Amino acid sequence: MATAVSEVEETQLPGVGVRYDFVTSEGDRIGVLAHRTGRRELLVYDTADPDACRNVVRLGADDTHTLAELLGTSQVSERLSELQQHIEGLTIDWLPVEANSACAGRTLREAALRTETGVSIVAVVRGEETIAAPSGDFALQRGDTAVAVGTPEGIKELFRLLQQG
Amino acid sequence: MPLGAAAAGEVAPVLVELGLVVLALAVLARLADRVGLSPIPFYLVAGLLAGDGGLVALDLSPELVAIGSEIGVVLLLLALGLEYTSEELGANLRVGLAAGAVDAAANALPGVALGLVLGWDPRAAVLLGGVTYISSSGVISKVLRDLDRLGNRETPSVLSVLVMEDLAMAVYLPVVAVLLAGASLVAGVVSVTAALAAVAVVLFVALRHGPVVSRAVLSRSDEALLLGVLGLTLLVAGVAAQLQVSAAVGAFLVGIALGGRAQERASLLVSPLRDLFAATFFLFFGLQIDPGDLLPVAAVAGVLAVVTAATKVGTGWWAARRAGIARPGRVRAGTALIARGEFSIVIAGLGVGAGIEPQLGPVAAAYVLVLAVAGPVVTRYADRLAAALPRPT
Repeated sequence: MATAVSEVEETQLPGVGVRYDFVTSEGDRIGVLAHRTGRRELLVYDTADPDACRNVVRLGADDTHTLAELLGTSQVSERLSELQQHIEGLTIDWLPVEANSACAGRTLREAALRTETGVSIVAVVRGEETIAAPSGDFALQRGDTAVAVGTPEGIKELFRLLQQG
Repeated sequence: MPLGAAAAGEVAPVLVELGLVVLALAVLARLADRVGLSPIPFYLVAGLLAGDGGLVALDLSPELVAIGSEIGVVLLLLALGLEYTSEELGANLRVGLAAGAVDAAANALPGVALGLVLGWDPRAAVLLGGVTYISSSGVISKVLRDLDRLGNRETPSVLSVLVMEDLAMAVYLPVVAVLLAGASLVAGVVSVTAALAAVAVVLFVALRHGPVVSRAVLSRSDEALLLGVLGLTLLVAGVAAQLQVSAAVGAFLVGIALGGRAQERASLLVSPLRDLFAATFFLFFGLQIDPGDLLPVAAVAGVLAVVTAATKVGTGWWAARRAGIARPGRVRAGTALIARGEFSIVIAGLGVGAGIEPQLGPVAAAYVLVLAVAGPVVTRYADRLAAALPRPT
């Protein structure tokens, strides 16, 4: 899983507060200075002089909330989707049905996708509508999105079939 | 003093006088803020100009100003003690000892040496050592904030030196108080030992049982908290002065003993009071000095300022290098530490009050005037200075 947390360095600043900083995957050092008063400073360190800050953004309590919200939400949804996609070797994916796929216009039974790939199509998204647990008589159409559960290899195979196959 | 109508005739001129002085201080503080400097040198100059031999003769009631300035010292030290939590002090004591020792040796010795060379009373020389030793944590923390350097990686080294200096004050001030009391050698050694033992006990209690004191003064009401802290501080300061441990140290120890919520809120509540009374104190210090006495000592103070600015830069450089900081950061750390201010004046004020050396006041005043202004200015150009330094080969 790609959710490893970067190693954060914590430095006590007597009389001021605590500074947290870490090096991003791109190699920039950034940090947050948490004042005892509750104020925050967002620190971006200089690449030429790594001890100095190139940019310091002073944040009030409200600004800190807003920023945390912005950063936090995307992180939460990322985590969630990663969780969904990697349950015990199973993958869930959203696969588009292309026009020139042999499956377009055929029922699920005719296409025999499960026999072929071992992947179950658990739902189909068609426009605004979602068809949950489609039966064998359900016919796929061009522009549908199939929600599929299976092994990563099976998903790949299904993806290929829905593209052209 | 009788209250009511009889006193009105006496009170009115005092109020007018006080109002004018505080308004003058307000103008100076505004000016200092405009040019981005500490107001301390401005207050000092105002005191010099208004005092004996100055341009304007102020007819201030001496007791009023003297008490105000005494409270100013107490509040300065209380605020200093409130600035750090006892955990911060304890942690810093372990890691900052070496830097603290280098700082003390490099910066106090030039002052002591100059005092002795000038043929001063050795006690006055020790005081001058204190004046040159201690950086101004007030000026420096303002500069670091203004220049957005609090997040820099050299800043912990700077703060660590400041914390050690503050702790050193807890030892230095009582020793000086005993020296100034002018006891015989044996009696002096006994009272120094007693004073230090008292400080050690209070420090220990503060570090171990600070929460008890904090809980005792903590109140939901700001008013009750402020009065509780002030009352406790003045009481301890007074008792400390009686025991010749110095009022300032008593106040400092109260500040250290307070922790947690009580500390955070007290430090917010106390700071406006401190600003008011500290301004009175700086003004009073200036009032006691005849500006005519500054000229003869100007050269001496100037040389001392240059030498001890250099030793501070060396101290900061050394401390930052030990922390793995590169050259530009070392220059920033060193130059940040140059500024001297409030505590140099506090120390010099002890000597002026005791009247042991007539030149001490003027030298200290000229010295602080130079470095309180030069320090912040020099460190603003630290990066250019670092770029101009010859590269190591």
